[in-house]
Amino acid sequence: MQAEEIVGSRLTNQSLSRWLHSLPGVDKVGLEARAASLATRSIKTTSKVWGLDMAIKMMDLTTLEGMDTPQRVRSLCQKAMTPDMDDPECPTPAAICVYGDMVPHAKAALGKSKIYVAAVATAFPSGRASMKVKLQDTKDAVAFGADEIDMVIDRGAFLSGNYLEVFKQIQAVKQACQRPKGKPAHLKVILETGELQTYDNIRRASYLAMLAGADFIKTSTGKVTVNATLPITLLMLEAVRDWFDQTGELIGVKPAGGIRTAKDALKYLVVVKETAGERWLTPELFRFGASSLLNDVLMQRKKLLTKTYLGPDYVSVD
Amino acid sequence: MFDYAPAPEAKLASFQKSYGHFIGGKFTKAANLYPTINPASEEVLAQISHGTAKDVDLAVKAARSSYEKVWSKLSGAERGKYLYRIARIMQERARELAVAETLNNGKPIKETRDFDVPTAVSWFFYYAGWADKLDHAGLGHNPQALGVAAQVVPWNFPLMMLAWKIAPALAAGNTIVLKPSETTPLSALLFAEICQQAELPEGVVNIVTGFGDTGAALVGHKDVNKVAFTGSTEVGKIIAKQVAGSNKKVTLELGGKAANIVFDDAPIDQAIEGVINGIFFNQGHVCCAGSRLLIQESIHDEFIKKLKRRMNTLRLGDPMDKNTDVGAINSADQLAKIKKLVKKGVSEGGELWQPECKIPRNGFWFAPAIVDNVSPANTVAREEIFGPVLSVITFRTPAEAVTKANNTEYGLSAGIWTEKGSKMLKLADQLNAGVIWSNTFNQFDPTSPFGGFKESGYGREGGRQGLLSYLKAGK
Repeated sequence: MQAEEIVGSRLTNQSLSRWLHSLPGVDKVGLEARAASLATRSIKTTSKVWGLDMAIKMMDLTTLEGMDTPQRVRSLCQKAMTPDMDDPECPTPAAICVYGDMVPHAKAALGKSKIYVAAVATAFPSGRASMKVKLQDTKDAVAFGADEIDMVIDRGAFLSGNYLEVFKQIQAVKQACQRPKGKPAHLKVILETGELQTYDNIRRASYLAMLAGADFIKTSTGKVTVNATLPITLLMLEAVRDWFDQTGELIGVKPAGGIRTAKDALKYLVVVKETAGERWLTPELFRFGASSLLNDVLMQRKKLLTKTYLGPDYVSVD
Repeated sequence: MFDYAPAPEAKLASFQKSYGHFIGGKFTKAANLYPTINPASEEVLAQISHGTAKDVDLAVKAARSSYEKVWSKLSGAERGKYLYRIARIMQERARELAVAETLNNGKPIKETRDFDVPTAVSWFFYYAGWADKLDHAGLGHNPQALGVAAQVVPWNFPLMMLAWKIAPALAAGNTIVLKPSETTPLSALLFAEICQQAELPEGVVNIVTGFGDTGAALVGHKDVNKVAFTGSTEVGKIIAKQVAGSNKKVTLELGGKAANIVFDDAPIDQAIEGVINGIFFNQGHVCCAGSRLLIQESIHDEFIKKLKRRMNTLRLGDPMDKNTDVGAINSADQLAKIKKLVKKGVSEGGELWQPECKIPRNGFWFAPAIVDNVSPANTVAREEIFGPVLSVITFRTPAEAVTKANNTEYGLSAGIWTEKGSKMLKLADQLNAGVIWSNTFNQFDPTSPFGGFKESGYGREGGRQGLLSYLKAGK
């Protein structure tokens, strides 16, 4: 559906603002209580095995540091291709997530494997640069062969009420994801929920991103104090569920930052199942952005399969 | 797909083959036995003594004697120590109490574990603190206990209702004879063991098990000073007649038919959760359940669609499974009553909808239900069903919402869902209900008084007000 059709009028900052502010409010206490109650689900035996494997398949294995080097990226790719050296059946992560300049190294290291390369772009993490710079950042990564682009929204524009500006930037980046030949890069839009702060803002930003053409909405950069939380993810899953009802479009959700344990990952999967539904339980529509989650999931997986807890020295550091 | 594998709680509670009454600090010899069952499997858990007038008389005598000789002579601080001790032992045995309650009642273990038992414990901790501060209860200096309290509690929250009754009564200095419901006596009998473990003086708490006739003998006993009852309005009226003309002080906490009012400016996703929690918590066996959904006509279709989708995710089944949301109906009688009322509501024009769910072969079950298109004259809009059945009624304006919400013989609780604070406050003022929740439902706290208007009863439980039911002004 076209954005104007959904908003119901010509797109101006005023009409966008009216539309976003007409969304139902979020009651903080109720939302957090619902997330806490889902977190008490007890996931055992076969469902735990299924959940751990799915968590690996949904993972965007991430390194986003100033100290990243080609060698570091290659070693992370190696880890992604063989997460468990003792078990060739072990599933592999969905993608490797790196800065744009590391894309060629990741592509080369991953070779013909089916693991995607995702690049953060648009002056990640702050997004404070001219539009020209943001678009060039995106185009570079796309030209290097990135399969997915993780962009950040302009939180300053959003918080000052300039929704149309945020909308236009997302649209422009989406355009920059196109390739002359071949599939366009998949666009994940990072809302940086920790800076939007209120749940009402997060719901509005989710809708704004979906309206502008996001394939995924993503919580965080991992670079601010509060990153992904269960209630925020639940709220964003409600948004994609309702968006699908309204438009028939399937949008994905990616919580990122702060998810470190297998136990946490299973809680997120429960929230996905019971909020958006089983349709979203696929790497096409749900991802975890994480740097240290993989090894905990691998240890738990080994424990379930071998009945022995082997400890961190039995899985490779990346 | 991601189906949750069974996650059953360990059966951490064990019961004796048979139980006598708990009188004067000891269990009497079991006699006049009847079986108590697990309503989820119909398996017999233990044999229970059906108390006679003689048993009641012995219990009241034990309570009187310990009141005069021991309990009324203790200082408030000393009584408080016993209450703290009971609370701590309940915490230590929390998992066991939760399992026992789930086995005997049929409610999900996640509720007994996360709600019933912690709430019961919090009541003891709260009133323990009051025991030596009664001068601040509002009755002037040195208020006095009433004497022997007769307490009759229902089957929907057996342990929690016991705590609501026993904790303030003991803090105020009364002694007690309590009768649990005939279908759910086991947690009260475990509580009797806890009283022994806490070395509570003999006869301060006495528990007589049995049926309605046992309760009638207790309430009618000439030597009780206070009657406290939680249960149906029907029985409440009988009790009110029975004690009329006596000096007994009475508290009645009876039925309800609460309106959960949802406006078009509500936080919709949280309102869905609140409506679900309001009516399907504890299979709707809740006197303050939000059993009437008053939904603004303009959002009716969208809201009901979302509500149905959410109801499809409710997990009905083995109450001992940690992932069960809806457990068993407490008894065959209650199930028959629910079925009868729903049938009547449908014959009067209501549209019944229930999600598809697998009903276990044994035990008593009723899938969560909504009855839509209910007019205020429909039976399911007026009578308390006390089951997982939500009646849906629409309204157009706030004034109509208030009129419809108040158009009931009950007045226990109500819910208001709107993001607009001024509307919420105005409505709260106009609703005839003892408890009003806004943008939430079914919240309980020992510091907050609870009780109803009209046929929902009189007197308050909880908070400072709850103490007043067990005290009189000092001389």
